[in-house]
Amino acid sequence: MNSLQKHWDARAALNFILGGMGAGLMIAAALAHAAGRAPILLSLVLVAAGLGAVWLEIGKKFRALNVFINPFTSWMTRESFIAALLISFGAAAMVKPQPFLPLAAATALVFVWCQGRILHASKGIPAWRAPQVVQFIVSTGLAEGAGLALFFSTEPLLLTWFALALVLRAVAWTRYAAAAPSAALESPGKALLQIGTVAALALALAGAWFPAAAPLAGAAALATGLWLKFALVTRAAFNQGYALPRLPVRGTR
Amino acid sequence: MTRWAMVADLRRCVGCQTCTAACKQTNATPPGVQWRRVLDMEVGEYPEVKRAFVPVGCMHCDEPPCMHVCPSTATKKRADGIVTIDYDLCIGCAYCAVACPYQARYKSSDDTLRPDVATKCTFCVERIDAGLAQGLKPGVDPEATPVCVNSCIAQALHFGDVEDAQSNIRGLLAENQHFRMHEELGTGPRFYYLWDKAP
Repeated sequence: MNSLQKHWDARAALNFILGGMGAGLMIAAALAHAAGRAPILLSLVLVAAGLGAVWLEIGKKFRALNVFINPFTSWMTRESFIAALLISFGAAAMVKPQPFLPLAAATALVFVWCQGRILHASKGIPAWRAPQVVQFIVSTGLAEGAGLALFFSTEPLLLTWFALALVLRAVAWTRYAAAAPSAALESPGKALLQIGTVAALALALAGAWFPAAAPLAGAAALATGLWLKFALVTRAAFNQGYALPRLPVRGTR
Repeated sequence: MTRWAMVADLRRCVGCQTCTAACKQTNATPPGVQWRRVLDMEVGEYPEVKRAFVPVGCMHCDEPPCMHVCPSTATKKRADGIVTIDYDLCIGCAYCAVACPYQARYKSSDDTLRPDVATKCTFCVERIDAGLAQGLKPGVDPEATPVCVNSCIAQALHFGDVEDAQSNIRGLLAENQHFRMHEELGTGPRFYYLWDKAP
């Protein structure tokens, strides 16, 4: 068994958890007009908190602005630029939703895609470098954000978006799990499909008649997504390890 | 064009860790940080077990994933292939460490010379540059050669210019069968392992 990477811990995981959830919430907020400004504000707080968590992890905190130097090849730099745009558009949308809320939502989509690419570029960690990880990170961000938005509004368009995001996430997860199977992800993966998808879809359907069921659906989708992302970053991140394709031939043959 | 590379003869390495100690002393790395390590690997199952000692460290890849992911451009690649880190630019995010498939990167708060930034084997770049300035030949003249190579008691480690057809390591690669670790990942490591004589 290869060793678990220890360079990125729960603080880094929080960036993917809070950032993905916040970005998904911004996209859902653009669809849920009845929800008002609260989800926009919460989205910004979540994204900023995620970045704050990862700032606590870096070794040279007062050099943090150096993160912006390499947009040419580094997805971390690209994520940082997009985060700055997202926070700017989001703040502007608090004052003037049109045209800034759609702009913030589009930026949020790019932001969560950058997060997926950050993991994919981590060549030393087989569980992260699988190409399918990008689709999973994007889709779970969308599902978690839509789930969180259900605490603010249960309008039909949002419920439909939530259901679509859940299906997309389940497909993305199934594809990822087939490409990069991991014992550490078995339990959270099962929970994501059973509680975070099937049960959540049933609750969302019930939410069309009983609005109180919708937030429960959101909570189920949110909790299972967060658990899986936390496990992906901290528990399934085994190093590549070493390989010896040939053994030394010593002595006479 | 010069392209520095290292060769480890797995048939010769006895796992004495002298290279590890020499590297630690020269580069003053803190406890737990080993830019040059020697793995003790067992392969197979009883009674068909084989053991090999495998020197590892930064492979100074042709396509270093650590450099591509670095958000601050602290990690760079010189024209001669040596991958370097600018400790004054590095933010210590450790993205390079998770991008490296060879577990060659470290970050330590106990490192008094380079605290909280990414560090790794440099191929003793200062010795190479100083040696070249004096007209010496890295891999041949000890003063211009990485200390791990100089210290090896079994002459298992070799260093030289892999682009130079007359170099010591080109001769070794021609005379022996060799492999590079995790070539399938497309990193183009410049650390060759000899495992048998050429057929």
